[in-house]
Amino acid sequence: MTSAAPVLSAQAIRRAYPLAGRSVEAVRGLSLEVMAGEWVAVVGTSGCGKSTLLNLLGAIDRPTTGRIVIAGRDVSALGDAEATRFRLTGVGFVFQRFYLMPTLTAAENVELPMAEARVPRAQREARARELLAYVGLDGRADHRPFQLSGGEQQRVAIARALANRPALLLADEPTGELDARTGAEMIALFDRLNRDGTTIVTVTHDEELAQAARRVVHMKDGVIVDDVLRRPLDARA
Amino acid sequence: MIARLALAALTRRRARTALTIAGVAVAAAMLLDMVMLGSGMRESFRGFIDQQGFQLRLTPRGTMPFDSEATVGGAAALVTALRADPDIARVGPVLGGKHFVAVDTGVVAGFLLGLDPTAQGDYRLEAGRDLAAADEMVVSTAWLVATGRTLGDTIRVAGGYDPQLRRATGERTLRIVGLGRFQMLAASDRAAAVPLATAQAMFGADRADRVSVLLVETRGGADAEAVARRLEAGEPRLTALSTEAALKFVDERLGYFRQLAFILASVSLAVGFLLVTTLVTVSVNERIGEIAVMRAIGVARARIVSQIVLEGVALSVAGATLGLGLGLVTARWLNGILATFPGLPAAFDFFRFEPAAAFRALGLLVCCGIAAGIWPAWRAATLPIATTLREEAVA
Repeated sequence: MTSAAPVLSAQAIRRAYPLAGRSVEAVRGLSLEVMAGEWVAVVGTSGCGKSTLLNLLGAIDRPTTGRIVIAGRDVSALGDAEATRFRLTGVGFVFQRFYLMPTLTAAENVELPMAEARVPRAQREARARELLAYVGLDGRADHRPFQLSGGEQQRVAIARALANRPALLLADEPTGELDARTGAEMIALFDRLNRDGTTIVTVTHDEELAQAARRVVHMKDGVIVDDVLRRPLDARA
Repeated sequence: MIARLALAALTRRRARTALTIAGVAVAAAMLLDMVMLGSGMRESFRGFIDQQGFQLRLTPRGTMPFDSEATVGGAAALVTALRADPDIARVGPVLGGKHFVAVDTGVVAGFLLGLDPTAQGDYRLEAGRDLAAADEMVVSTAWLVATGRTLGDTIRVAGGYDPQLRRATGERTLRIVGLGRFQMLAASDRAAAVPLATAQAMFGADRADRVSVLLVETRGGADAEAVARRLEAGEPRLTALSTEAALKFVDERLGYFRQLAFILASVSLAVGFLLVTTLVTVSVNERIGEIAVMRAIGVARARIVSQIVLEGVALSVAGATLGLGLGLVTARWLNGILATFPGLPAAFDFFRFEPAAAFRALGLLVCCGIAAGIWPAWRAATLPIATTLREEAVA
């Protein structure tokens, strides 16, 4: 660990769901801190609460109890409008199934969060071009999702997630829909993003993705059972 | 971007969208036609009355103009008294009855109006000139066709005819000087107009110095309704009918038409609403995952609602625009059919295009489009994001 300030601080968070007349806890008193510039991979078996944790960290869902502070802001008690605004500018989401808007081009997909944040058109067009170039898609800006491969779609999704310069990038099984070679390319892209300073939390079953992360957090039954720092922040290699 | 997404959502399934717009257009056309029907006949009637320029019609007590063959006597004295009234600018006495013309194949019967050519509102001259002498007549096109005569011809016309004795009465030799459009009569009516005195003489002694109706134009500033009440009080043999009272009478007679139009217009609105709701709901259900993603990446609820409502509005506006054209064409076609009903004035419109009423109705349809989008939009915007994404992933 370094002395860098935590970008994310989750304290004793719980998330319970009603199921068949009783309450089931998907996350049970979990605490986690992520420093700026870290890349944390959350791993564990299916149903251990990884995705629920990611939704809580991204203000898509609210914890039943506990507190989550991201970039100095308590996101665990935000109202809908504030949470929406936070998701727009505070975090970036990458989903397993890419979830691009099929009727928009790659560039328009990247521009969508910026348009919502009322970034002027010229600025957002320039930023979209820059981001697409960063993820290696500078020639595909005008292509629609159906004209792109799975890997290319995921790259567009990453560019979209970075559009509003979020403090934290959250990725849910980002290689889950990709073949081994494309998955490896995606891991390399995440590695480059992290080396360039992006703080990342990924939820994954992909062993190679987990091994590429600086830190690996193991979850079981809604709690962290292991937390391994594989590469400290100051280790650039 | 939101408008772009809304448009893209509509063009994604083009055939379905086109069919929905066609459906809304049919509903809009029907709505427009019903609005035009609801006010058309009334406004058409008002047009006739206003065109004549007379605010009052004096008829024998308890009758409507030409509702019966009733007449009122002492016409000359009545006209003189009315013309002396300071509130009255113009008086047009009219006597109506049948007339007969012998032709090669038998006898042609028609409607004869005796009137004062300087104060009349029954016909509009379309060719030739107006009546200037006692032995002149203005006729309708149907009259010319039926008798085989032309402008300038001189002809024997009878005010009465006994078919058993085959004997004409009240015959006069008249010259056809003008072709007129008789506004309150059907295009197929064989109509003729002669000076009042000529008609009174042709109809015989029992119609001498009698009139069927007296048209009265009040002076500017005079309250027509008050003048009507005053005239009725002063002359108990007469009923004074103002334009507004005549329209009220027409309203009562056309009540069923208006109710029918209102019901069908309401059905059209409901159909338009349901069509748009159905399409938007189906479209939203297909895109529920996309909407959840938009919410997840920070697109505000209001923006989602706006996009979906915009889709409903676009469908309604497109349908209403097409429906406007379709409704006008349909109205014209139906008008053509209904205008051939026997006894209706030639220029009578069942469907009259009143821009304000038409655009109000179409505006209402567009409002229905907005309302139609609100429920599916709100439903989509309030879905739990995490659950929806998980269900989409499983699906």
